[in-house]
This record gives sequence, C-alpha cells and structure tokens, in this order.
Amino acid sequence: MSVQTWTFIVIGGTFALYIGIALATRVNTTSGFYVAGRGVPPIANGMATAADWMSAASFISMAGLISFMGYTGTIYLMGWTGGYVLLALLLAPYLRKYGKFTTSEFVGDRYYSQTARVVAASCTLFISFTYIAGQMRGVGIVFSRFLEVDVSTGVIIGMALVFVYATLGGMRGITYTQVAQYCILIVAYLIPAIAVSYQMTGNPFPQLGFGARFVDGPNAGLFLLETIDVLHRELGFPEYTAAFVPGKKAMIDVFAITLALMAGTAGLPHVLIRFYTVPNARAARWSALWALVFISILYTTAPAVATFARVNMIETLNGVPYSEAPEWFNNWETTGLISFEDKNGDGAILYSGDAATNELTIDPDIMVLANPEIARLPAWVVALVAAGALAAALSTAAGLLLVIASTFSHDLGKSFLLPGLTEGRELLLARIAAGGSVIVAGYFGIYPPGFVAQVVAFAFGLAASSFFPILVLGVFSKRTTKEGAIAGMIAGILFTASYINYFRFIRPEAGADEWLFGISPEGIGAVGMLLNFALALIVSRFTAPPPEDVQRLVEEIRLPGEADNSM
Amino acid sequence: MSKNKRDIAAYWRANLRLMAKLLAVWFVTSYGLGILFVESLNRFNLGGFPLGFWFAQQGSIYVFVVLILIYARRMDQLDKEHGVD
Repeated sequence: MSVQTWTFIVIGGTFALYIGIALATRVNTTSGFYVAGRGVPPIANGMATAADWMSAASFISMAGLISFMGYTGTIYLMGWTGGYVLLALLLAPYLRKYGKFTTSEFVGDRYYSQTARVVAASCTLFISFTYIAGQMRGVGIVFSRFLEVDVSTGVIIGMALVFVYATLGGMRGITYTQVAQYCILIVAYLIPAIAVSYQMTGNPFPQLGFGARFVDGPNAGLFLLETIDVLHRELGFPEYTAAFVPGKKAMIDVFAITLALMAGTAGLPHVLIRFYTVPNARAARWSALWALVFISILYTTAPAVATFARVNMIETLNGVPYSEAPEWFNNWETTGLISFEDKNGDGAILYSGDAATNELTIDPDIMVLANPEIARLPAWVVALVAAGALAAALSTAAGLLLVIASTFSHDLGKSFLLPGLTEGRELLLARIAAGGSVIVAGYFGIYPPGFVAQVVAFAFGLAASSFFPILVLGVFSKRTTKEGAIAGMIAGILFTASYINYFRFIRPEAGADEWLFGISPEGIGAVGMLLNFALALIVSRFTAPPPEDVQRLVEEIRLPGEADNSM
Repeated sequence: MSKNKRDIAAYWRANLRLMAKLLAVWFVTSYGLGILFVESLNRFNLGGFPLGFWFAQQGSIYVFVVLILIYARRMDQLDKEHGVD
C-alpha cells in the first residue's frame, strides 16, 4: 500500500475514534462543560494535560530546532518541563482547592476586584488566540503534506472536527479525546526514534542511544556526539555540544529564556484549567506528576531525535552529488522545506556554516516529519507520524478553545456583562463561544498573520509576566492587595509587551548589544515577571490589607481537604 | 474550619520547608548544572555525553520528575500527620 493510502486509513481511523469519544462523553451542565464534572482520575488528567500541553510545535518543530541549535536547544527542553515543578508546588493544588471554573475567576476573587478579573480575562484571550492560530496552521500543513489537499481544506477539516467534539463534549469530551490523542502522538513519536536509535547505535533507547557509539558505517566505534562536534568543526558550525561559544546564545540569554518559558508554562491558562478537572487538591499534585512523566517521555526523546537527524542529514547529504541524492531529498524538495542551490557549480551538495558558500537550506520541521523516510521505515510509520502530528495540534487547539469559550461565557458573560444568566443559557453561550472561536482560529490558520511565529514568544512572555507572579502571591502572600496585584500585572505586561514589540517589530535589526542586559525578546518575560513580583509586593505594603473574607479564602485554599464545590 | 490554628500553622510551615528544599534542588540542577556551570562540567564525560550537556538535555528533566514525585508523596504524609486531609 502507498504512503497516502496508509495515511488516509490511519488519519480516518483516529478521527472516527475522536468523534466516537465525543459522542460517548456529551455533557449538559456547566460543570461538565468547563471542568468535566471534576471527576477525571489523576493519570487520565496527566495524559490529557500532556496532550494539551504538547502542541504542533513540540511534536513537529522542537527536535528539528534542537538539531540546529545543539546545546542551546536546552531552553526548550528545560523551559517546557521545569515549569511543571513550579506548577505542582506553587499552583495546581491550591487552584484546585479554590475550585470554581477559570483562572481569571480566581484572580477576581482573590484580589476582590472585577478589574483584576477583566485584565486577567483579556490576557487569557490574547494568549490563547495567539497559540491556537499556530495549531490550526499545523493541522493545515500536515494535511497538505501528507494527503496533498490544500492547506485551507486541511484547516477546514480540522475545524469541523474540533467543533464537533468541543461544543458537544466540552471539557469532558476534550479530556478523553486528549487521552486518546496522547497515546497516538507518543507512539508516533517513539516508533521512528527507537528504530533510528537501534539502526545507528544498536541501543533501542533513544535517551541512551545519542550518547552511544555508531555500530557500523564509516564512524563505527565512535561516539555520536563526538562525531557531530567534529563534523561541525569541519563544516564551520559552532560545536554541537558546546554551550556559550560565538554563534550561539549567551549565558544570560539562555538563563532568561529558560526562566521565562518555565514561568510562562506555569502561567498558561489552558494548562492551569486542566487541574480544575480532578477531584481534589491531592489528586492535583499527583496529576501534575503524571503530566510531567508523560511529557518527559517525548521531551527526553526529542534531543536524541535531534542528534540522530543531525548526523544523518550531514552524512547522507554533504558532499553527495545532487544526482545521487537519496529519494526522500527529492520528495521533500517539492514542499520547499529543503532546497539546494549549486553555488560553486560542481553538481555536489555542499553544506557549510558559512552562508556565502552553503548550498543547502533546510527547514527545521523536516527533521521529525521526514525522519521515517530518511531511516527507510515502512509506509505505515510515515502515516502514523502524520496522525501523531495531527493529534498534537488538535489536542492543544481543543484545550485552548475551551479556555476561550469559558472566558467569554463565564468571566466576561456571566460575571460581567450578563449577570442574570441561567445555567442553561450560560452553557449555550459557552457552546456558541466555542463554535465562534473555532471559526476565528480557522481563519487565522488559513490566512496566518505574518507574525505568528514571533507572537509565540509573546504568549509565554505575557503568561510569565502577568499571571504567574500574581497567582503565586495570591496563595503564598496573604498581604498582597488588589492594588498591588493590578499594578504588578499591568507593569509586567506593559514592560514585556513594549520590549518585545520594540525589538521584534520596530527595530528587529537591533543586535544583542542593544538588548537590556543582553536579554532577547524571547527571554524578557523573565524580567517582566520579576518586575511584577517586586511591584506587587511593594504596592501591597502601602495599601490597606485585603478584607477579612479574602484572607480567610487564602487560609482555606492552603489546606487540601475535600473542597466544597457545590455551586 | 474545625482544625485548631496551631496544627494548621505547623502544616503550612512544613509545606514551605519542603517546597524550599525541592525548589533549591530544582534551581541547582537546571540553572546551576545545566546553564551556569555547564562549561566546567563539560570537561567530564558520562559515557558519550559531555556531563553538562547531559544535565541540560536529559538529567534535569529526570530530576524534575523525581522532585514532583517526592513532593506528592511527602505532602500526602503531611496531610495525614496534620489531619488536614
């Protein structure tokens, strides 16, 4: 059977599964729609959180980015896992104990202020829309590459699917589809990684394989990482494993970006909301553990995939006459993701760290997507990778969609604009909001604003500099006042947003020597976060302490106990 | 709230102590071993890995998992000891 037939079968099968789950998990209460009736077991929530969290970027792009960045790729590996430690220790159990439905709601209650809630709700919408556009785009790209349909058709199919299970099943439907999507995406990620690791090093564990020796070929007996470092030196790239050498990010920047990504992870509304779905605070802690376990399986494999792909790519292409290039090279050339320009006219592919002589241009996304073909794995594995990439994109899109819907119907609708809303009406509003957001997200997927990639830095920076500090202070510092929180949030957001805006859009040509302390826009959220913390603490000292009942609320959420969530 | 105030205060202090210890390890492994001291550690090898590189791309992630595991287990115990579960 051809790759395309396999792809149709595998993707069709997974989609039927998602729809089946949606039908089986329909809901008709707001509690079911927003927080899956709080009945999700910790392991299931861990899997759902993992799928929710790992987006098209984690699945498709991350390993490829690392394979070009070498050591510096650590910012993603640590940044996107270390945040779970913060989440587990500082936020998840307390937000669960507080109960209710959204993160903005917590901000509003804890800081006894509708303004705080509306600011939080606006940040939530901005972060989530930014993020979801990228997911829809990912769906479209997978469809167009593997099924040869147009990107727009792909986006529309993806939209229709998410529309069905998000509006029907709400959080309950999304949770159980995400569990299935996690299983599909992790199998799809591991099979090629294990196969390649075994082929190259004889070790079936990719986590160990990339520190092992080649079993055969010209480098038999040499360590993989040592070989890449040698190749990099010969070709004029900075060494793969070297940390802060010229041509790579500086130490302070790596530090700041990692911090911003960690704090951003812990402050992302679609991740936080997942912890509202478990039965109690204790389950929230265990569920954070399971989430990180499931995420780690992919995240410890990714740097191995990056290393294998890097060696494979250089060894199979560099110095090879173009006419003898492997078949996958020509297959992917048609997508424009990889291209060859014979600058010196010798007919052979020259790969070099020197832009003037380099003849090979490679999009990082190709490293995961073309991996099965490079390793000559059977057609069904290629199809599985396509289904895995779709699972990653769709699961994240659905999680974001629910956050957007609940922010509209619950934070802005019920509490702010239409206070008298009955439960049935609120549920209807939530479904309409979910449906409407799918359409907006789909539109941005088909006509992506040119700056999607840039605004992802924005999403993390904003989550780190707005939510994270005031959520943590909300639990750990009873004395933090409404004025402190609002001042902190606004200062954090304004500072981070203006910095990113200035260096991304107004003066993108400015280099590291003009950056504040040498910190790039990607990492500036870390500074915004510190600013938010500092200002919130200082302003709180000079304003009247929070009212009695708010202080009691804080005392209460600090105790795990069975939460009373009868609302 | 039926629990007496002293118990609750002791529970909260124990929680903060545990958190402080775990976050110290979190910081030292990720930012210390993985970033600040990565170059000195890279002079040593762990099999085919430069040591600092291994901490940055593998070790730190394993440590994160273990930290949350310890936290979840210890907190379950604390909940019981202080009767707040």
